[in-house]
Amino acid sequence: MFSPAAKLQLEALKLTKGRANLEEFADTLQALATADRSIVAVTSDSRGSGKLGPFGKALPKQIVEVGIAEQNLVGITAGLAACGKKAFGVSPSCFLTARSLEQIKNDLCYSNVPGVLVGISAGVSYGALGSTHHSLHDLAVLRAIHNIIILVPADNFETREAIRFAATATRPVFVRFGKAAMHHLHPPGTSFVMGRAITLREGSDVAFIANGETVVHAVLAAAQLATEGIRARVLSLHTVKPLDTAAILAAGRECRAVITVEEHMVAGGVGEAVASTLLTAGLAPRFQRVGFPDEDTVTGAQADLFRHYGLSMEGLAATARDLLASRPGQ
Amino acid sequence: MTDHELALKAVALRRRMLQLIHDAGAGHTGGGLSCLDILTVLYHRVLRISPETCTDSGRDRYVQSKGHCVEALYAVMSDRGYFPDADLDTLCHYRSPYVGHPTRKIRGMEMNTGALGHGLPICVGMALAARMDGADFRVFTLLGDGELAEGSNWEAAMAAAHYRLDNLVAILDHNALQITGSTRDVMSNEPLEEKWRAFGWEVRRVDGHDYAALTAALMTPPPAGKPLLVLADTVKGKGVSFMENVGKWHHGVPSDAELAQALAELAATETRLKEAIA
Repeated sequence: MFSPAAKLQLEALKLTKGRANLEEFADTLQALATADRSIVAVTSDSRGSGKLGPFGKALPKQIVEVGIAEQNLVGITAGLAACGKKAFGVSPSCFLTARSLEQIKNDLCYSNVPGVLVGISAGVSYGALGSTHHSLHDLAVLRAIHNIIILVPADNFETREAIRFAATATRPVFVRFGKAAMHHLHPPGTSFVMGRAITLREGSDVAFIANGETVVHAVLAAAQLATEGIRARVLSLHTVKPLDTAAILAAGRECRAVITVEEHMVAGGVGEAVASTLLTAGLAPRFQRVGFPDEDTVTGAQADLFRHYGLSMEGLAATARDLLASRPGQ
Repeated sequence: MTDHELALKAVALRRRMLQLIHDAGAGHTGGGLSCLDILTVLYHRVLRISPETCTDSGRDRYVQSKGHCVEALYAVMSDRGYFPDADLDTLCHYRSPYVGHPTRKIRGMEMNTGALGHGLPICVGMALAARMDGADFRVFTLLGDGELAEGSNWEAAMAAAHYRLDNLVAILDHNALQITGSTRDVMSNEPLEEKWRAFGWEVRRVDGHDYAALTAALMTPPPAGKPLLVLADTVKGKGVSFMENVGKWHHGVPSDAELAQALAELAATETRLKEAIA
């Protein structure tokens, strides 16, 4: 996942390695469900993929297996939630948000039933398994559906807080993360508020607005740029909907350039959401979106794809340098 | 309420439903008439719900999977006092909550439906919730026969049997017609009884316009561990001669003259029913 130079930067920043957000999710959900018996996990032969084996053993009456049937997974999640259960439907994001999109739209969002959907192994976490298993569309399609909260946590802390929030939400929630081990990005005492981006670094030359597994690369790029005298702000935009427009507009006003970073196709993703927020407010900083272009995705593991598409320390630092060197409006 | 009283009630509800569709200029006439007797039996004899208890956690749940036949449901529910009948005069109007499919904005509606193949999975979740809580409520859904082409029904049918949900009842409004024509021609779904039995369901086939038969099928508990399918043979457009078994009435809206003729037929039916008891 990290180049030798990026690893040195990780050490310099004293960013320690945590575990996969997936594992953090599973333990958090089990702890919550042990205390609150109304919490139910619903899986589509995804108990193993979701690291919910221990949950199933410890709380067998609070897990529902539906087999490989994602439409049924979401419908059942909605039915459970409509009868007072705090239901968490857990399935790979690629299937969950494509095959069962209509159930998400109608049974949860339109019906306003507070079920939670957890899109595991999101983005290109499944890497070399190919595009059937990638979810580079999920944020775009869900952004266009009314009445859903979309959370894309970056590290273990954000994942834990996102799941805790989801367990108390009174509206449908979608949480999305991958399965690679994540570095701890936040100092103790950081507060996580749904809808509020977290500023990881201050800076006014360029702002990286990132989320999910890309955030660490933005942090590394910012540190790299600092050695060159470029001050980069880094925001973890863990809530994609509702969008933290205040943080985005502050970045647009206070920084010379804005770069969005996402493990998602650039069409319909965070980049477009940020661009539209800035333009609507009359702000036009130098701007670039880094994500997956509208093309047949190259093959390879997640790390290969991140490197290929510039979602790495080196790639993001280069994008920032180029953008700052360009003249505004070009 | 006796069968005879239910029959009279159903005539009145058919008139109201036709008037609603006529006035709104939109609606699902044929399927509404085919399922109206089923809804009448559900709301008068079977469902353990009332306007006063329709938010209680122990209430029976009814989810109308074939949501497009909402006008029949509106007529039945307003008559039962869930909302004032006059509210229905706003059906399909600008900013009216009474849209062309059920929504939870209407008192007593459990879920927003309209896209087909959604009701049964939701009801499996509801029946599982009852099981988890040790609650004794039952969960009912109404399916269309054309709707069975949606694969999600069969995912849910499998799950219901797997989880031995004998608190779940699906009623199939088997009128054998859908928007394009005969269900047999569009996408044949026979043999229906064998299919549902093969999926592990208790199947009871009844005349979907026979109140006593519907009541018995719905009220007699299924064998332990078996979800129940009530396969109700119905007539699309039932009760109005020129609408019966005619495909165009799927969502045909009666003209003034057609409405007058339909209401006259129903008035004659009412007279006959009253004479029969006298």
